Amino acid sequence: MKHIKTLNTRDYRKSTKTGGCGECQTSCQSACKTSCTVGNQSCENKNR
Amino acid sequence: MVHRYKNNGYNIVLDVNSGAVHVVDDVVYDLIPLMENDPGISDDELVRQIGSGYDGSDVKEAAGEVRKLYEDGTLFSADVFEPYIERFTEEKSRAPIIKAMCLHIAHDCNLRCAYCFAGDGEYHGRKALMSYEVGKKALDLLIASSGSRVNLEVDFFGGEPTLNFDVVKKLVEYGRSREKECNKKFRFTLTTNGLLLDDEVLDFANKEMGNLVLSIDGRREVNDRMRPTAGGKGSYDVILPKFRKAAASRDQTNYYVRGTYTHFNTDFAKDVLHLHDEGFEQISVEPVVSDPKEEYAIREEDIPVLLEQYDVLAREIIKRRKEGRFINFFHFMIDLEGGPCVAKRLSGCGAGTEYLAVTPWGDLYPCHQFVGKEEFLLGNVDDGIINTKLSSKFASCNVYTKKECRDCFAKFYCSGGCMANSYNATGDINGNYETGCILQRKRIECAIMIKAALSGEAAD
Repeated sequence: MKHIKTLNTRDYRKSTKTGGCGECQTSCQSACKTSCTVGNQSCENKNR
Repeated sequence: MVHRYKNNGYNIVLDVNSGAVHVVDDVVYDLIPLMENDPGISDDELVRQIGSGYDGSDVKEAAGEVRKLYEDGTLFSADVFEPYIERFTEEKSRAPIIKAMCLHIAHDCNLRCAYCFAGDGEYHGRKALMSYEVGKKALDLLIASSGSRVNLEVDFFGGEPTLNFDVVKKLVEYGRSREKECNKKFRFTLTTNGLLLDDEVLDFANKEMGNLVLSIDGRREVNDRMRPTAGGKGSYDVILPKFRKAAASRDQTNYYVRGTYTHFNTDFAKDVLHLHDEGFEQISVEPVVSDPKEEYAIREEDIPVLLEQYDVLAREIIKRRKEGRFINFFHFMIDLEGGPCVAKRLSGCGAGTEYLAVTPWGDLYPCHQFVGKEEFLLGNVDDGIINTKLSSKFASCNVYTKKECRDCFAKFYCSGGCMANSYNATGDINGNYETGCILQRKRIECAIMIKAALSGEAAD
């Protein structure tokens, strides 16, 4: 495309089929403790 | 829902419901609002509406690209997740899984940080150290309540956990001893102010702690103003060399230097960059959460300054990264490709359900920030969660139950934000801590702009 460049992202809708395993980090357990940061975490489901 | 913004010369369009991120040129940027409600609008009508600033054939070509994204489901996509999240949260309430615990190893501290939400480490209660027996029961409860989850997280927190470090060591040993038989993997974190971070503690942390959180606020004068010792002296000169050594000994990974900024250092980008200049690559600095009456509290008039600081910081991070000087700012981290599934994004931080805080005497609270608020007592390490009604309330708190979140572009990145902050600001975990939201939205915008800049994905 000439006018638009799209960054690679995970499709949320597809993740409804493979997601929800719960193995990922709990949000506040790392380096915040006073805010909620979910989008920065990595999915731990190797079969996603 | 679409969110578009300009930052550092980039025009960025977020398709909120698919998670797609597009970097676009000016004509597409201006076409988006004209096409959002009617992607089928005719080219001639678009040329007429967009005005004389653009060449007609350019507008038509750009509109064709916009329509292609719409057809591909990466622009103007619908929110299809509400029924899904209802099922998901219902399941969470019915069969709660606990997978993370914050163990308050010591309600005592050797610093007197002015902004401490734990009130000098004691959480507005009494001084206390967690016994091994209480900690062991907590780990047993975690294992027993974790269902099929393999990865279990335990944060040794306080107060200052190194004041009770023998118990930390014994609990790690106990946890490790049960991993194999239970098919669990513990990930331990130690959060420390550094005063007692000697070689013994560091060696142990490097062997056993998946993450090490080192508390320091930035520049000497900033740190020492808010983080004095019990005797009133500054802590910076004591902790900085220890933290440098710790970061180097962990190969600059699996740790964070973690600071708090306040009304007194609204120029906090300098503190982040100071920490980088002092040799730290993993940095987390975030706004103080406090009673608005406190002198150090973030004020409404600080917000424009803070927003500008995030821009300054984002630009400097791009510059340093391009120069080969790695820096990772926790609040600009965003995993676009490998990030969480939508179930995680919509269900929030897990406080009160999959994440619990444990007091030194074994009481359970939804998270460390609720400790000391008796109305949030959930249970104890002997009986588990007793107040299931309260736990269910936390389980059902998500971006669809918070009315301000519904129309917010950031909802799939922050998952509705910190429930403790919401409660402190509004008296309701489903409330909205507006200052926190404004800053969070800015951080997300900057984080995505940095992705665009470092991927070389700028539009022409």
